[in-house]
Amino acid sequence: MASAIEVHGLVKRYGSLAAVDGIDFTVGSGAVFAFLGPNGAGKTTTTEILEGLRRRTSGDVRVLGLDPWTEGRPLHRRIGVIPQDFRFFEKITPKEAIEYYRALFHTAVDPGELLAKVELLDKMHARFDTLSGGQKQKLGLALALTNNPEICFLDEPTTGLDPHARRAIWAVIRELKREGRTVFLTTHYLEEAELLAEQVAIIHHGRIIAAGPPSEIIRAHGLPARISLEGPPQLAEHLRLALGLNVTYEAGRAEIELSDKRDALKILSAVETSGLPWQSFQTLQDTLEDVFVRLVGRMDDGALKSEATP
Amino acid sequence: MKFRHIGADFKVVARSYFRNPIALFFSLIFPIILVSLFGLILSGAGGGPVTLPVVNADPGCPLDPATHNTTTYCQEFFAALNSTHAVRVDVVSVAPDSFASWLGQKDYTVGLIVPPGFGQNYTHLQPSNVTVFTNPQDAASSGTVLGAVQGVVNGFNLRAANGTPILGFSTSNIGSPVYTYIDYLIPGLIGFSILTSPMFSMVDIASSYRKDGIFRELSLTPLSRAEWLTSRVLWYVAITLVTAGIMLGAGIELFGAHVTFTLGLLPFLVVGPFFFVSLGMLAGSIAKTPESAALIGNIITFPMMFLSGTFFQVSSMPAGLQTFAHFLPLYYVIDGMNQVMLFSNTPQALYDLTVVLVGSVLVFLAAIRFFKWRDE
Repeated sequence: MASAIEVHGLVKRYGSLAAVDGIDFTVGSGAVFAFLGPNGAGKTTTTEILEGLRRRTSGDVRVLGLDPWTEGRPLHRRIGVIPQDFRFFEKITPKEAIEYYRALFHTAVDPGELLAKVELLDKMHARFDTLSGGQKQKLGLALALTNNPEICFLDEPTTGLDPHARRAIWAVIRELKREGRTVFLTTHYLEEAELLAEQVAIIHHGRIIAAGPPSEIIRAHGLPARISLEGPPQLAEHLRLALGLNVTYEAGRAEIELSDKRDALKILSAVETSGLPWQSFQTLQDTLEDVFVRLVGRMDDGALKSEATP
Repeated sequence: MKFRHIGADFKVVARSYFRNPIALFFSLIFPIILVSLFGLILSGAGGGPVTLPVVNADPGCPLDPATHNTTTYCQEFFAALNSTHAVRVDVVSVAPDSFASWLGQKDYTVGLIVPPGFGQNYTHLQPSNVTVFTNPQDAASSGTVLGAVQGVVNGFNLRAANGTPILGFSTSNIGSPVYTYIDYLIPGLIGFSILTSPMFSMVDIASSYRKDGIFRELSLTPLSRAEWLTSRVLWYVAITLVTAGIMLGAGIELFGAHVTFTLGLLPFLVVGPFFFVSLGMLAGSIAKTPESAALIGNIITFPMMFLSGTFFQVSSMPAGLQTFAHFLPLYYVIDGMNQVMLFSNTPQALYDLTVVLVGSVLVFLAAIRFFKWRDE
């Protein structure tokens, strides 16, 4: 798979502060890539550098083989960008906005078709200042597609939207992928990334702390799969002795780490032979969010400790 | 520069404008208000005669034989005042002692008392004094009344001495004998709107579009900054043409202005907005925040608003201010319009036009350079 975006040793400094501190990643053509990180981690700065809206301090960046800062004009004809909190001319309707972009990009898209795609057809003739937050975001999405882009940059496209509007945006993102476009997505919602992206990178304090497919990141940084069940403390003790596995007990629940999926069967038979009461059997698996919180938290703890050490 | 891009942007600007009632008010209704207001205030109390309340304290005023005893000397005196067309006598019955306070209560700034025995004294060639009340705060009415009374008194004195006036005078205005204040006001007010309408909105647009990320949006399209700014210039040229038309119409309709819409006016209605759209954009781009943008805009706009010949002729200002006015771009726009509309002085108009045009090109280029779609 050819790469749509290539980033090597990217650095962006504001004075002495390094907002982006030497990052590398590649986004394959046609992939949905999620760029994650807490607020102020360097997500938006990186995204804006890729979009050609911000100049980098150093490093090499190629988007569709072009340098976004010096070759912005040809690049912008081939990418679509929806910024956070999309704003537009207040008295202009979605149909007119698309006609405006269509004239600027000199394309032949049909406003009705495009608005139907983002589920905004019913607001075709409504002025921008009367649209809801989700509808505005959908118009941003539609405008970003006016030039039939090869890469779509979506910077927190669903932040602040209600669950229904978020799902509508997700549907469009899936559609974009089906159409073979590359999607570069930043988001706060980890489940969104897990659901949509085949590749993610987590940035923190300007550095990438984990990258790869979500499942691999979870495998590498997450806790092993666990089985959890409710029962008396003796049950935990019984399982620890019977199985030789790592068992913890807290608030009426025993949690047993699985080193192998067949451990699950052994646990169940050991529970049965114990004769002790039990209920509410669950298997636990770390989500991307658990991993994210753990990784970011660990880094911050580490930073605190190293600051405390003279 | 692509015309398709400029045209597409122009359409968006026009639609936004027509859907904004405040903007429409300022371009369609406000010019009429402006012309009416300044026409009334500065054309000298509406152009009509000053009402002069008069106390006639000479009830026994004798009849004048020269009128075959049909009118009294007092009535003749009043008729003479009225015939100046500068004042209109309104005889009131108020005691002479309380006349001054009565005038104050009624908000009159002028008044006149004809003393007891005025008629008798006149027939016997004895002196008597009419009393004129004036208020220094209303210099215009005071001057008018004093002038009229003085003229009529002189006439009566001449007549009593059987004299004949030898020296007379007639009045004429500069430019053409028929021009009045409103004729000078119209080019000034057109200049006023050429200045204020683009300046205020471009300064605001420059900072608010940046804040709202609209410039960012546009930077991601093939629209260039020069195309964007050109579309704004064209829009304000269109607005200026409409506003100037309305102002001319209102001036002619309401005040009988004598200016005509000569073709020579057109270059100024194009180059003027070109200059001030660019200047507004430059001012708004240099500023870091919307607040400082508004401040810079005001610092540039306000001196020009009053000192470029908008409401007051530059030639009537003190020498120092006149020199200062020659550094104000709007001065050349208004002077140029005066030259073509009133004096038919083409060489001077061409000079003014050249100054504004060269300035416009420089400011336009500076605005393009300083206003950034994107951050560093």
